Amino acid sequence: MYNPQLNAQGQLQHLLSIEGLPKRILTDILDAAENFVGVAEREIKKVPLLRGKTVCNLFFENSTRTRTTFEIAAKRLSADVLNLNVSTSSQSKGETILDTVNNLIAMHADMFVVRHQQSGAAHFIAQHVPPHISVINAGDGRHAHPTQGLLDVFTIRKYKPEMHNLRVAIVGDILHSRVARSEIHALATLGVPEIRVIAPRTLLPAEVEKLGVQVYHNMDQGLKDVDVIMMLRLQNERMSGALLPSTQEFFQTFGLTPERLTLARPDAIVMHPGPMNRGVEIDSSVADGKQSVILPQVTYGIAVRMAVMAILGGGNAA
Amino acid sequence: MNIVIKQGRVIDASQQLDQVCDIYISGDKITAIGNAPAGFKADQTLDANGKWVLPGLVDLCARLREPGSEYKATLLSELRAAMAGGVTSLACPPDTDPVLDEPGLVEMLKHRAKSHALANVYPLGAVTRQLEGHFLTEMFALTSAGCVGFSQADTPIVDTQVLWRAFEYSATFGYTLFMRAEDPYLAKNGVAHDGEVASRLGLKGIPVAAESIALQTMLRIAQNTGASLHIARVSTAESVELIRQAKQAGVRLTADVSIQHLHLTEMDIGFFDSMVHLKPPVRTQRDRDALRAGLLDGTLDAICSDHTPVDDDDKALPFAESRPGASALELLLPLTLKWAAQAKLSPAQALLKITQTPANILGVPAGTLKVGAIADVVIYDPEIEWRVDSRVLVSQGKNTPFLNQSLAGKVSATFTSGELVFQQESLQQTKS
Repeated sequence: MYNPQLNAQGQLQHLLSIEGLPKRILTDILDAAENFVGVAEREIKKVPLLRGKTVCNLFFENSTRTRTTFEIAAKRLSADVLNLNVSTSSQSKGETILDTVNNLIAMHADMFVVRHQQSGAAHFIAQHVPPHISVINAGDGRHAHPTQGLLDVFTIRKYKPEMHNLRVAIVGDILHSRVARSEIHALATLGVPEIRVIAPRTLLPAEVEKLGVQVYHNMDQGLKDVDVIMMLRLQNERMSGALLPSTQEFFQTFGLTPERLTLARPDAIVMHPGPMNRGVEIDSSVADGKQSVILPQVTYGIAVRMAVMAILGGGNAA
Repeated sequence: MNIVIKQGRVIDASQQLDQVCDIYISGDKITAIGNAPAGFKADQTLDANGKWVLPGLVDLCARLREPGSEYKATLLSELRAAMAGGVTSLACPPDTDPVLDEPGLVEMLKHRAKSHALANVYPLGAVTRQLEGHFLTEMFALTSAGCVGFSQADTPIVDTQVLWRAFEYSATFGYTLFMRAEDPYLAKNGVAHDGEVASRLGLKGIPVAAESIALQTMLRIAQNTGASLHIARVSTAESVELIRQAKQAGVRLTADVSIQHLHLTEMDIGFFDSMVHLKPPVRTQRDRDALRAGLLDGTLDAICSDHTPVDDDDKALPFAESRPGASALELLLPLTLKWAAQAKLSPAQALLKITQTPANILGVPAGTLKVGAIADVVIYDPEIEWRVDSRVLVSQGKNTPFLNQSLAGKVSATFTSGELVFQQESLQQTKS
């Protein structure tokens, strides 16, 4: 089947979504990331893989945090980095997304890291760039956030290397979450046999079970005997569309508390893509507790993004 | 002017006709089929050997983008597209700018269309002023100006009492309402069928219930008021079933499906193909199968093009930001016959859905080749293989989900009111 992310040789040309990527490509990225974890611990935190290349962070939707991790990753690969916050500049002047992209192509950018509020925006840009340019999706609408999905499975692999023997629960606002979609595809591709989603019915997309997940509406039942708990951020605006009555009630019914955590396997790990809403989806004592791997996720996130950029840029040795 | 079209396969279900014969036109009328009328001397002879001779198509929904959106397409460009597609009569919805809610605007549109002397343009007037759903339009005056029915285009009437009264008022005069069923709250910001594909792609969905709930409301009001109701562009299996039941219960009701929905499903969105961003959204294979079955058993009466030219810039955007709609006037005929072949339906029976039946729904004199009828005639070559391509399409809108696909069959010539208004170069003709 046609896959817009792969070139004619079956190599990664863009990273737009985890869906449709073969296991081989995911494990290549994860293995490369293993090598890049070490780079950050060296005295000189730089390798010359992308020297002379220009990486453009093209953010149509604000996100200091994600942009920063991509920026650090690119700089550790010795690339030049251009940050463009389009939400605050040309788009408000009526320039179209294609105008913006074409201008950056004319400035000889080699790689675009794109975040946009619309699902499919990264695919759209990838269709309109010349073949020597790679596009990395840094989050498009509700669709995908592939580097987040990769760093999550990288983290899981670190703590639970037996992927084919895991029960994983993803908890919260699945409906609006590009992170959840990318996690589900990444876990499924790497052979995780049981993926659960736990959410009220208002926060689940239609026919979600067709993504290959088991659906739970009860937090206690859903957490039973799981090895990994992946919490999602609950946006405050979810109260306005009558999706939920209040953050308090959400915490009471779907928040991860120390008591609920005991229902999972005793060695279960707790993850969160950040930024966290303490007391909304997760209790502080869990977020900061010994089962939490939330900060290692951030560290690994840089290594994973370095791996993706290095592979797209044509080299993958640290 | 006397014209004879010789030796074509004349297919006209309105008179159970499907045979190779000659057809004679004098002035704006069909004067004979088979043998020449007494004293007939042809000014023009067309050889239709190997081709089909059909009644001109009648389209229940084609947007001409005039007035208001001449940048996207002009009346002339779209009427030429209609001719190239063999569509000789078409109803246009009132969602122009300004909205067709005043007699003067309708008269102007009729006049401009007439001056081009191409397709017969039948405006549908707005049901409510500015399509805002608050105040009724002057339906009587609009009808006098040339409207053949009333529509809200894609803008639902939110206030159920206004909806009820619109049905009651139009029923007073026997006007037909052409309504698309969609609950505006359940469909809010939606861009795709609320199902597997939208969930995977992270697109905001429009649930099946958005159509069913609005449809049930309309059917109930039609039943109570006795209004003449046409449901436009049905998209779901559930709607087909609701319409089937309502017809059995005796509600005065007709319905159509767009040619896009007869062929496409949500899977065709692929990787965010904005050409498949349509209103209503294309749905599942099960829905498409039910639409096809509904057409076969007569639950659905007609097929329309739902022609909506969109300029390239408005499609060259991320899926949800792109403008919905497909250019379809030139594809209606080949795609209808493609469906007929797949459904093992005779061309004559399939053609009824785009000729006589929609003409009856609109109440206009079209869709037949009977002797004495207005000579709106299409010569169609079923053998031509062609590729749907932006250079081939006459419409200014090159936006179609069928772009780059191969189709069999193309219109060779189109007559309206006895005038040859479109002709492919390949057609043989001799003038005497």
